[in-house]
Amino acid sequence: MKWLALLVGGAVLALASPAVAADVELSFYYPVAVGGPITKIIDGYAADFEKENPGIKIKAIYAGTYQDTLVKALTALKSGEPPDIAVLLSTDMFTLIDEDAVTPFDPLLTSDADKAWAKSFYPAFMENSQTGGKTWGIPFQRSTIVMYWNKDAFKAAGLNPDKAPDNWDELVAYGQKLTKRDGSNVSQWGVEIPSTGFPYWLFQGLTTANSVRLMNDAGTETYFDKPAVIEALRYWVDLSRKEKIQPTGTIEWGTTPKDFFERKTAIMWTTTGNLTNVKTNAPFPFGVAMLPAHNGRGSPTGGGNFYLFKKMTADKSAAAIKFIKWMTMPERAADWGIKTGYIAVRPDAWETPAMKQYVTDFPAAAVARDQLKYAVAELSTHDNQRVTKALNDGLQAALNGTKTPDQAMKDAQQEAARILRSYK
Amino acid sequence: MSIEGDLLREPSGEGGRQLPRSAAHVVAVASRPSHVGLGARWTTHVNGWLLLLPAAVLLVTFTHYPAVATFIGSFFSTPKGARPAVFVGLDNYQAMIEDPIFWQALRNNIIYATSTIPLTIVLALFMAVAVNAKLVGRSFMRLAFFTPTVLPMIAVANIWLFFYSPGYGLADQVLSLFGVPAHNWLGDEHTALVCLIVVAVWKDAGFFMIFYLAALQQMSPHLSEAAALEGASRWYFFRRVTFPLLMPTTLFVLINAIINSFRLVDHIIVMTRGGPNNTTSLLLYYIYEVGFKFWDTAFAATLTVVLLVLLAAMALSQFVFLDRRIHYQ
Repeated sequence: MKWLALLVGGAVLALASPAVAADVELSFYYPVAVGGPITKIIDGYAADFEKENPGIKIKAIYAGTYQDTLVKALTALKSGEPPDIAVLLSTDMFTLIDEDAVTPFDPLLTSDADKAWAKSFYPAFMENSQTGGKTWGIPFQRSTIVMYWNKDAFKAAGLNPDKAPDNWDELVAYGQKLTKRDGSNVSQWGVEIPSTGFPYWLFQGLTTANSVRLMNDAGTETYFDKPAVIEALRYWVDLSRKEKIQPTGTIEWGTTPKDFFERKTAIMWTTTGNLTNVKTNAPFPFGVAMLPAHNGRGSPTGGGNFYLFKKMTADKSAAAIKFIKWMTMPERAADWGIKTGYIAVRPDAWETPAMKQYVTDFPAAAVARDQLKYAVAELSTHDNQRVTKALNDGLQAALNGTKTPDQAMKDAQQEAARILRSYK
Repeated sequence: MSIEGDLLREPSGEGGRQLPRSAAHVVAVASRPSHVGLGARWTTHVNGWLLLLPAAVLLVTFTHYPAVATFIGSFFSTPKGARPAVFVGLDNYQAMIEDPIFWQALRNNIIYATSTIPLTIVLALFMAVAVNAKLVGRSFMRLAFFTPTVLPMIAVANIWLFFYSPGYGLADQVLSLFGVPAHNWLGDEHTALVCLIVVAVWKDAGFFMIFYLAALQQMSPHLSEAAALEGASRWYFFRRVTFPLLMPTTLFVLINAIINSFRLVDHIIVMTRGGPNNTTSLLLYYIYEVGFKFWDTAFAATLTVVLLVLLAAMALSQFVFLDRRIHYQ
């Protein structure tokens, strides 16, 4: 009798399948390890979207770090099964274009409402999302660098605890007061600007303040050896070697927040994405400020964009646009920003009641938003990882004292020019 | 069907030292004058190959085919988007020879290997002899020495990352007791590689200790009794009896240690990402970087060929030269 049951079951399935086939299923690669709190938020959004849009299924695939997700997406592409949508670093735009992996949004945005939507984001975020007159990414989880300071340490050093250093000179002056020495040992440093993993990103916090850009919009040229860039690096190196208010050598990105909590440093530079972490773990009152200015002010943006992969059918791409529009609605952008600490990506998200309430309760959350008007694109070129490595190696060599800032940047520029010569 | 039966019953899990004897036994069984016909012999061959098939398929799919494909791939350019791979001859090898980071990674790897391997082996042997002796809390000591091995490298590296953090890390806290000032261990080009070597030694020594311990426990107590009667000192006994008898184990450990020193890069990904300024970039980490960050798969294939050739050469030389000088019972 078992075979009969199987037969009946099979017939039922066969009858039911046309209805299933009408559904559009979108695979969505998202860069987070499985099981964390972020996973739950994304799962919740996907479920809500499916409820509001019957006929579209979202298959979220949690792929690990940004780097892991990129590896998985490109490997899947090479084996002929690319994802439909993925959130990947905004700086991987040129890599994805060169791999012929993604498709621009513009041809899919036909109605006026669609076109208006593409213009609703902060222009600073669109810098890393557009090239050659086309939009390749839609901002989703974006961040900038901000400065966190320990108010207790400021008070103890005789500084105004509610005023952060506003320019490079003040940072040095405050840092000297904040650095506590006993003999050859330092129990508290003035400032830490981390320099492992992606030192180029934090370095852009210095070059932008020195009113210089590191690359052109087409991603084919870099300007690492410009005098203003070298000057910015010299300032960074001097914080350690001349002013002695920052540890020498490279400073680990991952342990910098811990150094801050342990009062090993009074000021740290890190991403706005750490805001919730600091709010939860700092055992003292802290402040959040924009990065100090010099000839100008500013910070690079960072974080991830939505990308559309090629080889999608027309109804799939329509569904994908629908999903991405839904995910970036003002209310959702506000909700996402409040829950994670990423910057809500469009101005009208900050006008929603939920966000207004949040900013009233926790004004530090608005610092990153206010800094956006000075923000620039994160370093991104063709063959991006190789070019940024050339710069990273140079920065680390200078911070370690094995090369002068001048030599380090000239070598990095030469290497970058060599890598980029075939993209002109 | 005695042949097949004997072959199947032949114990496969025998220790290395008995191997020559059991191999001879197999030969003797196989060459026994037999009255089995051609058909039965044919069946034996088919049976043999069928038994080998699962292992062979896995080996070919995951080891031999990738190695050959890597070798072929190193003579082609990297396919990018619409541009397919084209034959470029030795261009990739030329680029590799001109690449200073490749040479630095190779140099780092040689320093890393030549310091981790002897340190690990000496420490493993020392720990094995220590916990082989009759002392109180022996099982606890064995467990303690073996613990680092069972922890995943990624977790271990994350803990060591904080051990090395300047100021409040364990390393600095211990050293501050002796008046040594705080040091940026992983952030200094001169100390970063040493820090990684320490982690590797700590991680592997316990693992190799187990092999030494097993070998020590198989050693006949008569030897030490005889030596004691003859009045040999403990050091003399270790140098002239124990250590030579452990040579097969040492060879095994040596090969594994060498492979590990080229194969294990998890802690680098967590702790330094090859920095500062490539001073901790090992060959395999650089291959990962070129292959999966730069997406220059052809260049990564070229580097992989170098790694494969290096490992193959070392394994061969060990089996050919060292094996002859090792004394089996």
